[in-house]
Amino acid sequence: MSANAQNFPAPVPVPVESHMPARIAGAREKSGLISVPRPFHGVSHETPKVRLTDICLSYRTHSGERLLALDHINLQVKAGEFLCIVGPSGCGKSTLLHLIAGLHQQTSGEVLIDGKKVQGPGTDRILIFQELGLFPWLTVGQNVEFGMKMKGIGKVEREEKARYYLRLVHLSQFKDSYTHQLSGGMRQRVALARALATEPDVLLMDEPFAALDAQTRDLLHDELERIWFETGRTIIFVTHNVREAIRLGDRVALLTFRPGRVKREFPIDLPRPRVLEDVHVAHAAREILDELREEINRSLEVEYNLGVKPHVEPGADQQS
Amino acid sequence: MKRAARLVIFYAGLIALWTLLAQLKIWPPYLFPTPWSVGEALYTGFKDHSYWIAIAVSLRRVLVGYAVSVVLGMILGLGVGSSKFVEETMGGLLVSLQSLPSICWWPLALLWFGLSQNAILFVVIMGSLLSVTLAMEDGRKQMPKIYGMAGRNLGASGFQLFWHVLLPASLPFIVSGLKQGWAFAWRSLITAEMLYLSLGLGQVLMMGRDLNDMSAVIAVMILIIAIGYVVDGLVFKSMERHLQHRWGLTPST
Repeated sequence: MSANAQNFPAPVPVPVESHMPARIAGAREKSGLISVPRPFHGVSHETPKVRLTDICLSYRTHSGERLLALDHINLQVKAGEFLCIVGPSGCGKSTLLHLIAGLHQQTSGEVLIDGKKVQGPGTDRILIFQELGLFPWLTVGQNVEFGMKMKGIGKVEREEKARYYLRLVHLSQFKDSYTHQLSGGMRQRVALARALATEPDVLLMDEPFAALDAQTRDLLHDELERIWFETGRTIIFVTHNVREAIRLGDRVALLTFRPGRVKREFPIDLPRPRVLEDVHVAHAAREILDELREEINRSLEVEYNLGVKPHVEPGADQQS
Repeated sequence: MKRAARLVIFYAGLIALWTLLAQLKIWPPYLFPTPWSVGEALYTGFKDHSYWIAIAVSLRRVLVGYAVSVVLGMILGLGVGSSKFVEETMGGLLVSLQSLPSICWWPLALLWFGLSQNAILFVVIMGSLLSVTLAMEDGRKQMPKIYGMAGRNLGASGFQLFWHVLLPASLPFIVSGLKQGWAFAWRSLITAEMLYLSLGLGQVLMMGRDLNDMSAVIAVMILIIAIGYVVDGLVFKSMERHLQHRWGLTPST
């Protein structure tokens, strides 16, 4: 049991004590059922799981001028921590996830995982895209197995693990369905299972629930929190929804609008599970919203002045 | 059922009209044969095995040629789409080459390969390679970028990425190009066979001309059409239906 508890290091230093018991209780309650391989967090208490140092990204717009998208981003995420990143659209938060995933290359700065520099994609970090990117030519089960297949894991083990992760997201009966036969919320869960099945240390989520109705989103918040308890993954979750960030995050980082900088970080010390309608959530949300609003206003100003949004190059906003 | 009935009525009417025109004897019978003399030609052709052999020879050639151009075309298509420079230079060249009828490669093929199977294969490949290449290039462009990224993100790279992600993801976009490539391959083959005594349907067709046997000519034409149609219906239609089912696209009925 105590070993389990150690897998959930206190995400934010001191004031977090208040919500620690809830998390550990949550983990302990389920721990009898768990056979999930947990990521090894024993590197050092000092080495953060994910560390971004002075990340800058600039690119050339169609008109030929250079645009600074990300400006000296410094962030650290501890093993097992749930970090939410909020910001107005166009602040580069999706792009930041793509950089961590290794799908794009930053202009300068480094992404470090366990102190090691990221060079290209790796299955220690899996990104769940906003558009999910489920493969329509594969069944749900084959989608979940995909990452393991690429690693060269045998069929028997793959199937067993796929079954486990599909059960974790409550989609066992849909193993042989194709993704177009599922609802939006179910597809979202398939993407989650597919990402978890490669057993990454870090889960990167890019506005995963933005396109869902409120009820489904509430449900998925609960499920994600439960799965986070059960698997002990480190999660970096990008959203433009402040309440969602507070509902889920141990910490919320606010990015500014163009160039994207970390404006402020807010530790969220509320006990879990949190409810969106809770007064404390609303209160915390207001504080962040006030700061966010400035950025949104700036982004709107730019949009109205330009008429059109400048084309954002790598990764961000590719919703075609 | 209803569709089958309509088809039967249509073709019965067509044959009736043909019979009528032949019976009116506007043209001499050796220039405008009746349907049953064509039927007879088909019967004797199959009976003395000459049509079976011709079909087998032609199909073998077209399959080999088509397979080569599919593999080469996919590689070329991916290559062309891989960089802006290649796309602008090679891409334009490929499009302009497509306006060249494949039989124009025949003299060149003769000089390179001599009067041989390889010369025919070369023409077949040149006939279908370009449409497969252009289809693949286009498919790669149309294919949502997200699949490639998701594949890389899940640990696929190099050939794995091509085989397990890029190829299946682009299939719905290239299936019509593959179909067109097949049609071009088939046409190029028959044309090339007509110019070279080599067994095969094209040669049988020319033999009908040499013997002034119009019934045989029409019989072979019908065979060529039928084989093209059957392959299109059996292979490509079912492939399209399969893809539509898997991707959840509405089947076009």
